[in-house]
Amino acid sequence: MVKELLKEHGTPSREVYFDLENSGYVPDEVVEAMRPFFNKYGYGHPAITHKPGWEALDLLIETKELVKRTVEASNTEDFVFTHSGTEANNLAIQGYVIANRKNLRGKKLLVSSVEHLSVIFPAEFVGELFGLKVVRIPVDEEGFINPEILKYYVDKDTALVSIQLVNHEIGTIQRLKELIDIIRDYSPEAVIHTDASDAYGRIKVSVRELDVDMMTLSSHKIQGPRGVGLLYIKENVKIEPIIRGQLSVEKLWPGVELIPLIAGFKKAIELAFNKFEENVSHMIKLRDKLLTGILNSVNEVVVNGPLGDRRAPDNVNISFRYVEGEALTVELSRHGVYVSSGSACSSRFLEPSHVLLAIGREYELAHGSILFKVSKHHKADDITYVLEVLPKSVERLRSLSPLTPKKA
Amino acid sequence: MSSRIPLPYSPEVLKYFKNPKNAGPIENPTVQSVAGSPACGDMIKLYLKISNDEIIEKASFESYGCAANIAAASILTDLITGKTLREAWSIKWQDLSDKLGGLPPIKYHCSVLAVGALKRAVRSYYSIIGKTPEWLPSDLTVEEKQTMEEEELIERMYGRQPKEPTSR
Repeated sequence: MVKELLKEHGTPSREVYFDLENSGYVPDEVVEAMRPFFNKYGYGHPAITHKPGWEALDLLIETKELVKRTVEASNTEDFVFTHSGTEANNLAIQGYVIANRKNLRGKKLLVSSVEHLSVIFPAEFVGELFGLKVVRIPVDEEGFINPEILKYYVDKDTALVSIQLVNHEIGTIQRLKELIDIIRDYSPEAVIHTDASDAYGRIKVSVRELDVDMMTLSSHKIQGPRGVGLLYIKENVKIEPIIRGQLSVEKLWPGVELIPLIAGFKKAIELAFNKFEENVSHMIKLRDKLLTGILNSVNEVVVNGPLGDRRAPDNVNISFRYVEGEALTVELSRHGVYVSSGSACSSRFLEPSHVLLAIGREYELAHGSILFKVSKHHKADDITYVLEVLPKSVERLRSLSPLTPKKA
Repeated sequence: MSSRIPLPYSPEVLKYFKNPKNAGPIENPTVQSVAGSPACGDMIKLYLKISNDEIIEKASFESYGCAANIAAASILTDLITGKTLREAWSIKWQDLSDKLGGLPPIKYHCSVLAVGALKRAVRSYYSIIGKTPEWLPSDLTVEEKQTMEEEELIERMYGRQPKEPTSR
């Protein structure tokens, strides 16, 4: 059935993929880096004593050392591979609560109200199981937590706080160091986790500077392959595995590590960090070209998230009035522009994006939101193409909409 | 973003989405109706031109919603043009969904909304001319009820703080 849909859709004359939030695109160099590990080199199990196994183990350790250097951590032992950022977030939150469950009844778990659902849902799940109160810290209309308001939420009963460094939907770069200083002051015992999936490779991420206890990274968020996540856990932070089985290299996550994908992740990190400043200014240029281009060519739009230097270099999230997001993603797909939407119609539970609601967007604006993410692999004329296609796509859907104000 | 669900539309949805028939308002419609609301992310406006012998001469729509919503509204107008009001009344949401190659269950509400708009338009017509045919039930049909429920639910949710997603 999907094949018939694809036939009807056809192949557009030009294709540009901006849906990096939901992943997909992996550049050729990363694919090439993975290839040998399937059947030429290092294709063994990294915990078995034979040559292909030791080759696999070597790759795994090298990757951890690389990450360690890029985030200014001290020990490679402080990192554990999972198969996604979602799993890493789950391990951090559930693993911490389960390991310390005897002392946590009645304590509090704090999460920001704009966290990825892989932080919010595990917190609510273990909160209910083990009798902890789970509270979502509100944010302002640009997604920032107000430090003065945070002080009301953090106290001696706070067991764990999870606040993302960069928001995955609206690009807010949280002033995390300032917030962490407050948490350390008001709740010295609290464990602090940050989901840095959308920060890594885009802004400086240093576990030393931030002084976090746990941190999540995600391969596909820097155009590595899907299937690899990484959790940093500072020495002496006690957590337990949350799935059980045969251990391989990782004590905290059973099952064999996905070595070829880790090789891809390693290559993606190298690509991101070899020319870090250049990559970031490239992203910013494309982001701003797209943002201003849209603001100049389509009326009745609202930008979601902050503008300027507290916005992630790759994030463009805009709401278009009078049209619905899922319809716009289909329309844009017809022209080869691939994006996603925060509308309810594109969600499993018919609720719009909780991030957009948390920053105070009314429902119609949440329904009309579109998310683009640019990367170092995009070119300026990819943006030019979007700007050719987008206004007329919005125009066509507005011509069908009962909400579009009629011309006099 | 939110939890996702795959949406394997059949090609019919895409066909009607690409080239919707009968889009845009009619000038001087006999009757018009609305189902859904902007807050729902799902809204259909229906325009009907009805002849003296109760035949739908022309039907058109406006739609604010997903691809399935636009396709459902368009295919509905296609189906009812040339029919009597009584014939149009017998259309059920499942008929629309079938004509669209079978909508994914999470999109059933699009065809429910389109038929809800139709039924409201028919009732509106008879209320304007001041007579009720014996085939028109006084009880609300399932499409009308569900449309109303969706609108009321959003009213309640929209009235207060934006609702936080529940863990599932």
